[in-house]
Amino acid sequence: MFKRIFSKQNRVLVAELVRTDFKLRYQGSVLGYAWSLLRPLLIFVILYIVFVKFLKVGAGTPHYAQYLLFGIVLWNFFTEMTMQSLGSIVGRGDLIRKIRIPRWIIVISSSLSALINLFLNLIIITLFMIIGHVEPSSKVYLLPLLLGEVYLFALGVSFFLSAAFVKYRDVSYIWEVILQAGFYLTPILYPLSRITNVTFQKLMLMNPMAQALQDARYVLITKKTIIPSHIFNGGWYEYIPLFIVVIVLIIGVSYFRKESKFFAENI
Amino acid sequence: MDDGFAIKVDHVSKTFRLPLEKQTSLKGVLINFFRGGKRRYMKQKALNNVSFEIKKGEFFGIVGRNGSGKSTMLKLLAGIYSPSEGVIKINGKLTPFIELGVGFNPELTGRENVFLNGALLGFNRKEMQAMYDDIVSFAELHKFMDQKLKNYSSGMQVRLAFSIAIRAKSDILLIDEVLAVGDVAFQEKCFDVFRTIKSEGRTVVFVSHDLNGLQEFCDRAVLIDYGDQINIGNTENIIMEYETRMAKDNSNAAAAQYGDRPGSGKYIVEKVDVSDATGKPINSMKVGDEFTVSVQYKRNEPVEELICGVSIVDANGISIIGPNTKEAGFKLTRKDLEASNKIVAKFNNNPLSPGIYTVTVGLFSENGTSPYDYLTSATSFKIIGKARHGKVTTEPNWSIS
Repeated sequence: MFKRIFSKQNRVLVAELVRTDFKLRYQGSVLGYAWSLLRPLLIFVILYIVFVKFLKVGAGTPHYAQYLLFGIVLWNFFTEMTMQSLGSIVGRGDLIRKIRIPRWIIVISSSLSALINLFLNLIIITLFMIIGHVEPSSKVYLLPLLLGEVYLFALGVSFFLSAAFVKYRDVSYIWEVILQAGFYLTPILYPLSRITNVTFQKLMLMNPMAQALQDARYVLITKKTIIPSHIFNGGWYEYIPLFIVVIVLIIGVSYFRKESKFFAENI
Repeated sequence: MDDGFAIKVDHVSKTFRLPLEKQTSLKGVLINFFRGGKRRYMKQKALNNVSFEIKKGEFFGIVGRNGSGKSTMLKLLAGIYSPSEGVIKINGKLTPFIELGVGFNPELTGRENVFLNGALLGFNRKEMQAMYDDIVSFAELHKFMDQKLKNYSSGMQVRLAFSIAIRAKSDILLIDEVLAVGDVAFQEKCFDVFRTIKSEGRTVVFVSHDLNGLQEFCDRAVLIDYGDQINIGNTENIIMEYETRMAKDNSNAAAAQYGDRPGSGKYIVEKVDVSDATGKPINSMKVGDEFTVSVQYKRNEPVEELICGVSIVDANGISIIGPNTKEAGFKLTRKDLEASNKIVAKFNNNPLSPGIYTVTVGLFSENGTSPYDYLTSATSFKIIGKARHGKVTTEPNWSIS
C-alpha cells in the first residue's frame, strides 16, 4: 500500500501541483516570491509594535516578541492549510470530473504548499531569534516532532473539511468561525500564565494546537512557558492532545475515503 | 486471469441523485434544517444494466445521442465515477483522462502547461524534457510556447493537449469527442496517430459524434440510448442502427407533433422511404445502385403549388446532394396533389461514396422560402462498397494525351 501511495506517478503529480500553486500565487506581483518572506516580516513588525511596545501583554515572559511571532506563525500555518485544503477539492473540480487521479493528492499538495510557507516563516523567526539572542534549549530536536504533530492534526482536519465542503458549502463559514474562536482559545497573543484558573489552563492545553505550540515554545524560545507535562503532573491526560490528533486523523481520512468516490458527481 | 480482454463491463448501472430544490434563501435553509436537514433528491438512472467486453487491441466506439449516457459510461470506465451496481474490470494501464487539455491552466505558459499535463500522465520533468521538442513540433507551436495559455486559440490548445496526450504510455486510451478537433490538416495527423496506436495493438475507446471517424477506426461499437444498451456489434451496423433510431424518432415525432417542426403545416411529410429499383424498401445498397426516395404527404389545407426538396446528408451533417422539384422544373399542381399522396424522386444515377446517409425532406410554398413542413433525418440508409476518396464517386475516363 505504501508503495502505491509513494509511487513515482503520485510523487511527480504532487510536486507539479505544488509548483503550479507557487507559480500562480505571486503571479502578476512585482516582487514575486519575495512576498512569501516579506509578508510575514511586515505582519511581525505590526504585531511587535502593537503587542510588545504598546500593550505589553507579555511582560515577564523573556523574548516575548519571538514567543509571540512563533505562535502567530504556527497558528497561521494551521489556518492557511485547513482553509486552503477545504476549498481544494471543489476548486480543482475540473480535474476531479475529468481525470482519474487519487483525490487525496489534491489535499496533500495544498497542504504541502502551506508547509513550505511555514518553513519560509520559520526562516524569518530564526532571523529574529538570532537578532534577539534567543538560545533554544537542548531539547530543540523535539521541534520537528511537534511541527509534525501540528501538520498531522491539520491534515486530518483538512481531509474532513475538503470532503464535507463538496456536499455542504456551509462548512467554510462554520470553519471560519471555529478558527476565530480557536485563535482566542489558544494562548497565541497572551501567555498562558495570564489565565489564573488552573482548571482552565488544563482545559486549554487539551487542544492539540495549544499543547504543540506551548511545547514548541518551551524547547525553542524560553523555558518560562507553561507546558502540559508541568501542569498535568505526568497524569495520563497529558496525552489527550495526541489522542485527539490521532482520532481526528483517522476520522478525517476515513470520511474522505468514503466520500471521494462521489466527488466527481457531487461537485 | 484471462488476458484476452482489456475492459469488462458487467451489469453496470449508474444512478445519480440530483437535488430537487436548490436552497438559496436563508429561510429555506432554516426550514429545511428543522425538517431534519435531509435534502430531497430526484433519482436519475443514467445507465441501466450495461454489459460488454472490449478485447485487447480493439478500437471500440460508444455511440448514442446527447444525454444517452455515453459520457457517463466513459467516466465509469475511467474510474472517475463509481458504478451504482455492477462491476467494471480493467486489464492493463488506463489513461487517466477522458478529455483533452484537462488540467491546463490558462495563467501558465504553454511550456509550463506541458510539464503540468505531463505530470498528470505520470511523467517527471526529466522525462518530459526529453519529449518536449517532439511535443512542440507535433503541435506546431514553436513560437508560442512561452506565451500564456489564455492567449492561445482553442485550436492551438487542443493541438498542444493532443500532442501531450498521445505520449501516454498506457495500454488503454479513453477518448471523448476528439475526432472532431482541429483543422483538416491536423485531423489527418491525428488519424495517423490513431493508425499507429492501432498497429501497436493498444486498445482505444472512443466516444464521438463524428460517425465517419468512428466508422473508419472502430472495430466494434456499442449503442446506448436513454441509458439502455441497445446493441453491440460491428461498427457499421451499430451506426446504421443509431441512424435508424434517430430517423425513427424523428418520424415518430413527425407523426405525433408536427407543430414542433418548422413550417406552417399546410402540407405534412408523413413518411419517407428509400427503396431499390424494384420498389422494395431498403436501408442499404451497393455503390452506384439506383434508388428511390418516396415522400408520403398529408394535405391539411389545399395549396396552389408545392415544391418538394430532398436532401441526402452524410454522417457529418453535410448535404451531399439536394435536388428539388422547382429547380428540376417539375411542377406539382393542386390537381396532381389531390389525386395522390406520394412524391417520388428516383435517383437513376447514384454518385454517393460508401457511408451512412440520412434523408431530409422539405415541402415549400411556391416561392420556396417558407416551408409547409421540414423534416430532418427522416430516414437513413447505407452505401456499401470499397471506400473511395471524396464525398461522391464518379469515374472519369482515364487516358494519357
